[in-house]
Amino acid sequence: MTEEEIIRPENLVYKKPTLMNDRPMHYCPGCSHGVVHKLVAEVIEEMGMEEKTVGICPVGCAVFAYNYLDIDWIEAAHGRAPAVATAIKRLWNDRLVFTYQGDGDLACIGTAETIHALNRGENIAVIFINNAIYGMTGGQMAPTTLMGMKTATCPYGRQADLHGYPLKITEIAATLQGTCYVSRQSVHNVAAIRKAKKAIRKAFENSMSGKGSSLVEIVSTCNAGWKMSPEKANKWMEENMFPFYPLGDLKDIQP
Amino acid sequence: MAKAAEGEIVLMKGNEAIAHAAIRCGCDGYFGYPITPQSEVLETLAAEKPWETTGMVVLQAESEVASINMVYGAGAAGKRAFTSSSSPGVALMQEGIAYMAGAEVPGLIVNVQRGGPGLGTIQPSQSDYFQATRGGGNGDYNVIVLAPASVQEMADFVDLAFDLAFKYRNPTMILSDGIIGQMMEKVVLPPFKPRRTEAEIKETCPWATWGKPKTRQPNIITSLDIDPNSMEQRNLHLQKKYQTIREQEVRYEELFCDDAEYLIVAFGSASRIALKVIELCRAEGIKVGLLRPITLWPFPSKRVEELSTRMKGILSFEINAGQMIEDIRLAVNGKTKVAHYGRMGGIVPTPEEVVEALKQNIINQTN
Repeated sequence: MTEEEIIRPENLVYKKPTLMNDRPMHYCPGCSHGVVHKLVAEVIEEMGMEEKTVGICPVGCAVFAYNYLDIDWIEAAHGRAPAVATAIKRLWNDRLVFTYQGDGDLACIGTAETIHALNRGENIAVIFINNAIYGMTGGQMAPTTLMGMKTATCPYGRQADLHGYPLKITEIAATLQGTCYVSRQSVHNVAAIRKAKKAIRKAFENSMSGKGSSLVEIVSTCNAGWKMSPEKANKWMEENMFPFYPLGDLKDIQP
Repeated sequence: MAKAAEGEIVLMKGNEAIAHAAIRCGCDGYFGYPITPQSEVLETLAAEKPWETTGMVVLQAESEVASINMVYGAGAAGKRAFTSSSSPGVALMQEGIAYMAGAEVPGLIVNVQRGGPGLGTIQPSQSDYFQATRGGGNGDYNVIVLAPASVQEMADFVDLAFDLAFKYRNPTMILSDGIIGQMMEKVVLPPFKPRRTEAEIKETCPWATWGKPKTRQPNIITSLDIDPNSMEQRNLHLQKKYQTIREQEVRYEELFCDDAEYLIVAFGSASRIALKVIELCRAEGIKVGLLRPITLWPFPSKRVEELSTRMKGILSFEINAGQMIEDIRLAVNGKTKVAHYGRMGGIVPTPEEVVEALKQNIINQTN
């Protein structure tokens, strides 16, 4: 069999989503962002919403998400993405409007905007990357940093008397009347990626059917910030992050 | 009241006039948070229910920070949206306003000023002049600032502010105060103008983020540029735009200046007091004129300079510690004496004390 015989449309089993362009990503090798970007692109394409989607970028590593997915984007101020998304969805209500935020952005400086947008039941989807660290600024303590975990601003490990406790904002989101779907996923292996994609799809579909707010947390690695190899970071996440941030749906309201 | 017939004279507060004017001039959305002395804007909008008539969205946000970011999102998506607040609340919005300026997002901010600093007082003041005209947030930028002096101008400036915001893709501010916001006057509300259709938004705002069709590249609204060379280019582009605004959008009103020997420069509610000051002075034979800047940025520097050449002295009368006087002095450049009079902390000066200040600080010093 020649190469030409193999490269045929009917033999295609996988391709890069057409919404993803060819720009080299700025993310570190081993980072979870690239996989989640791809899932978001795939879901938008599969829903046929390529021309009707507006994404809101955070401040943090994903600040440049707009460089990689060929949709309309707005770069929000740190933590304010849910407020920005609120207005767009209310004024263009047939559009798919989602935010893509990290833990510092969503669970620290933007806590008020996050909680209130979700509690109002804005028909938006929130993708929440939780890697327990501020990646972009060089690995400082995040609201989600685990007890004992070392970062640039808790170099001897997070301790309660000095730094307080890690915040489970996804659990809080699940208690809000405005949320219809709250899920925690990861992308560290193929099975997890498939589940994460299903969760993102459900969140996006909910926002289009007007069921209220959806939040999908992706427990992620920041191997550069954690100062580990990508492989070791995945293992560390399984052993340390998952026990504190257990995966699965926290809330799924059926119509 | 929104149903007031075209041209009908009605009586209402300045804050109410803002709300009614917004509904009537094709505004798409309002996002705000309660604060005295401007809460009637949101209250009036909530009572009028424009979402049932024009489709305008009205939302009470969780904070001023959220409000301005909602305006940012709405403007980025090509919609005519505004927020209103008073001084401490507008201080909270400065981050969002800087982002709007940096990302060239149109939108309107109404500041019904109260005395400061800090929590200050709920009584009127003009002490946010610096904050409004110097940018207020981080970076080199300017906001177009309109200063209404009547309830009528509160109504008239809403549509004008939106037009300027979209013409220049820049945030615009109506800088009012607790006097103009709270006092009732007769007003003719602007004629009804429909909200722009989706097709009209797409045509007039090709840069806006409403979903990328196959026919164009993605629209990206951002103020970020990591590369200093292109960030400098972005800044140069902004400065060029600001220069165009300085050249084309200066607005002011001039009264009794033809024979005047002394000039009062005053904006907003202070200009109303200044009219009585001029009446009292002229009764004594002192020829005083008024220059009322309507745009505080761009400031009518050229006109101030022209007038300064034939004035014995200029009084900057502001309800603050002396802020606009800096712009006057820059324009006058030493050609004539310039002094300030004002009160702070929510005290509104009487015409008599301004007359006295004019005599003490200008007339007695120049004769």
